[in-house]
Amino acid sequence: MENRESKVWGNLKYLVLGTLFGIVFVKAEIVSWFRIQEMFRLQSFHMYGVIGSAVVVGMLSVLIIKKFKIRSLSGEPITLKPKQFNKGQIYGGLLFGFGWALTGACPGPLFAQIGTGATVVAVTLVSAIAGTWFYGLIKEKLPH
Amino acid sequence: MRGFLPLLKITSNMFEFISRPWPWYVAGPLIGLTVPALLLLGNKSFGISSSLRHICAACIPANISFFKYDWKKEVWNLFFVAGILVGGFIAAQFLANPNPVQVNPKLANELATYGVDDYSQLVPVQLMNWTSLFTLKGFLLMVFGGFLVGFGTRYAGGCTSGHAIMGLSNLQWPSLVATICFMAGGFIMANLLLPIILSL
Repeated sequence: MENRESKVWGNLKYLVLGTLFGIVFVKAEIVSWFRIQEMFRLQSFHMYGVIGSAVVVGMLSVLIIKKFKIRSLSGEPITLKPKQFNKGQIYGGLLFGFGWALTGACPGPLFAQIGTGATVVAVTLVSAIAGTWFYGLIKEKLPH
Repeated sequence: MRGFLPLLKITSNMFEFISRPWPWYVAGPLIGLTVPALLLLGNKSFGISSSLRHICAACIPANISFFKYDWKKEVWNLFFVAGILVGGFIAAQFLANPNPVQVNPKLANELATYGVDDYSQLVPVQLMNWTSLFTLKGFLLMVFGGFLVGFGTRYAGGCTSGHAIMGLSNLQWPSLVATICFMAGGFIMANLLLPIILSL
């Protein structure tokens, strides 16, 4: 029982981090369907600036962590799994791109949109879960 | 008393800054910082679409091998997405921008031809609401679109966070391939197919 309690406490920090992340998502209008439409029509720099500067900051952080072999708060060495290439990144990537332009949201923004009170997006989220489930069901039959 | 008024002014200026939409050079670096924050907090790699897989594994594994793993070990990811929902609520309730979303006039003109001119919410309320869910247009935008998001991200092995931000931060070329395909798919849908769907 004590173990379970410490588990919940241990995970609360991710809830807090997620909350801050969600606030940024909404405040920078990254979760706006309109902003996504602008991005895919090259009508605004906003989303490119957001993603681009996020990648630069992420890259520098990973570089620093690797260079100084920084450990996590609990003293674990930080491990980064390399991504293996397969054709799924092409086919799946294109299909996700279609969905991104239709819904105006990638998975993270779906949660934030529901939080802002767009309750109907819960249907989109359930449908996304169904899509993930369907992928698991037919995974072996798909080209990878 | 003399010190109090400027302080009040600073506070109100700060609040005004917070309630306005945040520029990319504030939001982007903050999002980028999520990468080291998760690594330092618990050696976790940033990725949001995995949460959808964990939900499947937790609720409807249905004896599918892809969902047979110890999802409880990944429960941090579900706490993180629950946080995103809470963050959305807080931002909308307490830090909301009172003005409509400002978009490029070209986009506004195009959307007006489909009868979309309400920018009061982040989602287009005229297209996405409980009534339109039962029309072909609404079904394609919300249900079919959502399905593609869930199917495509898992097939690609990640989404904007896992590939475009985490993967590129770690210089993974498969993530670059995935990111290019996300964008290509989005460009095709938004420019070639969406106009047909919006005219339905």
